[in-house]
Amino acid sequence: MLIKQLSVFLENQTGRINQVTDILGRYNINMTAFSVAEGSEFGILRLIVPNPEVAKEVLKENGFMSTITDVICLITPNSPGALAKALNLLAEEGVFIQYMYAFSAGETANVVIKPNNLERCASILHEHRFDVLKQDGGYQI
Amino acid sequence: MIWNKEAECMSREQLRELQGKRLRNVVENVYKNTPFYRRKMDEIGVKPEDINSIDDITKLPFTTKTDLRDNYPFGLCAVPMKDIVRVHASSGTTGKPTVVGYTRNDLEAWADCLARSFTAYGATKNDFFHISYGYGLFTGGLGAHYGAEKIGASVIPMSSGNTDKQILLMHDFGSSVLCCTPSYALFIADKIKESGYPRNEFKLKIGAFGAEPWTEQMRTELQEKLGIKAYDIYGLSEIAGPGVGFECENQNGTHLNEDHYFPEIINPVTFEPMKEGETGELVFTHLTKEGMPLLRYRTKDLTALHFDKCSCGRTLVRMDRILGRSDDMMIIRGVNVFPSQIESVILKMDEFAPQYKIFVDRINNLDIMEVWVEVREEYFTDELSKMLAMKKKLSSAIHSVLGIAVDIKLVEPNSIERSEGKAKRVFDKRIFK
Repeated sequence: MLIKQLSVFLENQTGRINQVTDILGRYNINMTAFSVAEGSEFGILRLIVPNPEVAKEVLKENGFMSTITDVICLITPNSPGALAKALNLLAEEGVFIQYMYAFSAGETANVVIKPNNLERCASILHEHRFDVLKQDGGYQI
Repeated sequence: MIWNKEAECMSREQLRELQGKRLRNVVENVYKNTPFYRRKMDEIGVKPEDINSIDDITKLPFTTKTDLRDNYPFGLCAVPMKDIVRVHASSGTTGKPTVVGYTRNDLEAWADCLARSFTAYGATKNDFFHISYGYGLFTGGLGAHYGAEKIGASVIPMSSGNTDKQILLMHDFGSSVLCCTPSYALFIADKIKESGYPRNEFKLKIGAFGAEPWTEQMRTELQEKLGIKAYDIYGLSEIAGPGVGFECENQNGTHLNEDHYFPEIINPVTFEPMKEGETGELVFTHLTKEGMPLLRYRTKDLTALHFDKCSCGRTLVRMDRILGRSDDMMIIRGVNVFPSQIESVILKMDEFAPQYKIFVDRINNLDIMEVWVEVREEYFTDELSKMLAMKKKLSSAIHSVLGIAVDIKLVEPNSIERSEGKAKRVFDKRIFK
C-alpha cells in the first residue's frame, strides 16, 4: 500500500534542480513524479523513482542529502469529482494531509499523499476499494 | 590552601596602593632604561611624575606584539644583559619569535605565582608533579617545574611526547599532579586506557591545564577519564608564562596575580577602559618585572574581570574564561559579537555540523547578520515545518546569547569549508567610511 518517496534537500540556487535530474539521468534512474516544497532559502525536492535506495546513494556520492519517506499513491479515474470523493472520505475519517501532489494522463490520475497517519489512510482507501500504487512493480505509473 | 596569604588576601585598598607604588617604580625604570618607552611616553607627553596611583595607568601608552617583534630580540630589556638569567621565546607562527628576558628576581616572582596556583589546587610538598609541558624555549615546562619545586613537591621533568613512557612512569612513580595542555591530557587519558594498566593503580588527583583555550565539556571529560579535578592555569610568555592566573577550589573564574601583573579590560576599538563585568580585551602591565617590563601589553584575549571577594578568601581579581580574540570582534547594531559565542551555540545542538559561516551586511542603515549552518543528515526530514522549526530553534538560541536577532540559512552538507587551521568564518561586507 505504501510506496517510498525520496526527499532531497536543496539550497535555493539557480540550476540546483538540474544537477539532481542530471545525476539521476546519468545513472538511468527515471522519475515518475516530482514536486518541490519551497522554504525561503532552501527547498525539499520530492521524487518518486523506481529504486529510491539507489537514487539516495548516487545523490549522496554527489553531495546531496536526502531521506526516504513512506507515502501513498492513490490512483483515481481521470474524471471530475473522483479525487473529491477520496479526499472527503479521508476528511470524514479524520485523516489530515500534510502535503500532496498529483498528475493525470489518459484515463487515470495519480495523487501522491503524505497523511499524518499512513496506516489508517491506507486502510480507509483499501476498505473503500480505491486503487493505490503497490510497492512491487517498480513504481512505473 | 593559600600559599602567599599576604599577597593573595590583602584588602583591595592595600592592594591598589601597592599597585600604584609599583607602577610608579616600573614607569621610572622603563623611562630611564628602555628607549622605546621613553620615546613613546615623550610622544604623548607623559612623564613618570604623572603616575601617582594605579588609576593613572590609563595615561600610559599601549604595547603590542608588533612592538616586541620590532624590538627583537632584546630591545625592550630594561637591564644590562649580564642581569638577564633566562630567556624564553614564543613559537612565533609568523616571522620571528617574540623573546622575553628574566632577571633572578623575575624568576623568583614567577615561581611564587606558580606556587600560589599549585597550592590553590590543593597540591603540597607530598605530591609528585608530572610535568608534561614542553621544556625549552616554551615557558610551560620550566615555569611549572620551578613552581612545583618551590612548594617542595617531587618533580618529574617529563616534557611532552613519548607518551608510553609518560604512562609507565606515571604509573610506577605514583604521579599525583599532571601539568600539561588539556589536549595532551586527553591524549594521555586515551593512551592510559589502551595501556592495560587498571586506572586504580594510578594516583593522579589534580590536573593543571593551560596554554590553550579549553571548554567546560573538556573539563568534565578529563575529570571523568583521569579521575582527577582539573584546574585552569592561565598565562602568556610575554607576561611571564603559566601562573599569571589560576583557579581556586571554587572554580568561579581565574584569579590573576595582580600584585605582579596588573590587568585592565579595554574596548578593543576605542581603547577606553570597560566597567567591571564587561567583556573586552585583556591588557597587562608588569608591576615588578625587571628584565623586560611591559606597559599595557594588549593580549588580544577577550574576557571580563570581577572584583568581588571570592569565598576562597582571596581578594585577587577573577577573570572569566577567555571568550575569543579581539581581532574577531564585530559590532552589530551596537552590540559586541564574537564568533565564538555563535559557535558555542551551534556546537551544543546535535542537529547541525560544527562548521558555520557568518555574513554581516548593512542594508538601509541596519546591520544584519546571517549564519549559515549545515543540517546533519540524520536530522534532515521531509517535513518542511520540522526543518523550519530547527532553524527557529537555532535563531532563538543565538538571540538569547547575543541579544540581537540573526537570520539562519540552512545549507547543503559539506558545502562549508572544512579546515584544520584557521578557517575563515566571518564575512563582513559593511563599508565604514
